[in-house]
Amino acid sequence: MLTADIEYYQPKSLNEAIDLFFQLKHVNKQPLYYSGGTEIITFRRLNLIQTGAIIDIKNIPECKIFELNDHFLITGASISLTYLEEKNFFPLLSKTSRGVADFTARNKITLGGNICGQIFYREAVLPFLLADSNVILAGYDGVKSLPIHMVFNQTLNLNEGQFLVQLQTEESYLSLPHYAIKKRQQWDTGYPLITIATLKKDGQLRIAFSGLCPFPFRSLEVEKELNNRQLPIDERIMNAIKYLPGPILNDVEGSKEYRLFVLRNTLKDIFRELEGE
Amino acid sequence: MAFLPLNKISVNLDINDEIYQAEIRPFSTLLSILRLELGLTGSKPGCLNGDCGACTIIMDGLPYKSCIILAVEAAGRKITTIEGLKNAPIQTAFIENFAFQCGYCTPGFIMNCHALISKYQNPSKETIKEWLESNICRCTSYEEIEKAVLSVIHNEVESRKE
Repeated sequence: MLTADIEYYQPKSLNEAIDLFFQLKHVNKQPLYYSGGTEIITFRRLNLIQTGAIIDIKNIPECKIFELNDHFLITGASISLTYLEEKNFFPLLSKTSRGVADFTARNKITLGGNICGQIFYREAVLPFLLADSNVILAGYDGVKSLPIHMVFNQTLNLNEGQFLVQLQTEESYLSLPHYAIKKRQQWDTGYPLITIATLKKDGQLRIAFSGLCPFPFRSLEVEKELNNRQLPIDERIMNAIKYLPGPILNDVEGSKEYRLFVLRNTLKDIFRELEGE
Repeated sequence: MAFLPLNKISVNLDINDEIYQAEIRPFSTLLSILRLELGLTGSKPGCLNGDCGACTIIMDGLPYKSCIILAVEAAGRKITTIEGLKNAPIQTAFIENFAFQCGYCTPGFIMNCHALISKYQNPSKETIKEWLESNICRCTSYEEIEKAVLSVIHNEVESRKE
């Protein structure tokens, strides 16, 4: 049982949440924003995080939106993964999301929690990296809309007191040819070896990875090599691997060598699926 | 929601069609409140990590793992625990299909299966698999559990034909 004396707040607006954060910080409560909370609850139980107050953003209207609006898909940070899978506005997002944890857990895990969590897989960010989405952040200096590539580098780089409100994705990206695959060492559940999400736009493959390095990423250099149609596929893959950001994970889920072996084969599967090669 | 001394919060929890008023610490999980404060011990503590599903309950029609929900988050939501099922078809099907051995995971599995059958009249095999992957049975009664679920679905489909 979690008995620590932690305070709980449920603000109804962005401003109220931000004000609360700084008030609580001022009295040394080490506040945390909370949405699905699955990681916070489990990490707190294991004493891996310290906090004296949590600010639950689930009831802030802007965080609960999931709709198409003026040619953009607006996805609130507090939308549960199963809800966005069921609505299926963005099929690549639905498919990538389905690889996270298990169905019942995904009823609680939210998009914002997955993207901002400490567990490094953060698969739900991959489709947004590929679709050049915008990130809506709220903080002491107001609400900002920024290209995801400006603020997501391994993690979502937030200023103190700032939190993820929404992601906005151009409607034209939602129906593009795509492929998402999650490879595990064995079984259908558990932590992944590698997750790869792919989107084909203007004849070019866009590819983002999770589980290969200790952070999710999209690399333009890797994409450039994979799209070099002058070369046979094996050579493209070999060249692309030279541009992977390091380090390649080498852990209980799989060795570095095994991950690269699986990567090569999975990339071939992707070429077969989206390029017919 | 009123704040009490010692940082306790007074909440009303709608569980099995009864309203329970409880004074809880804000970071108490729903599982701990169900078991230790309200005496509803059917939901089982297993991994306490959201992995095993032994603590599964139904909230607003969907299965949730009560070890990764704060009780305060459940205020105002409609909760069903295993104690709230009274001879539901899935319970009978578990018995008829011997879908358990030690029985520790059974309440969680039954709640998940019950939510699935309540949401879908005739779920696909893929949907059944996706939902039931959320629970672990260390006695490996998976085949019997699947048979139990399929028997309830079959009976529902047949009864609608009549």
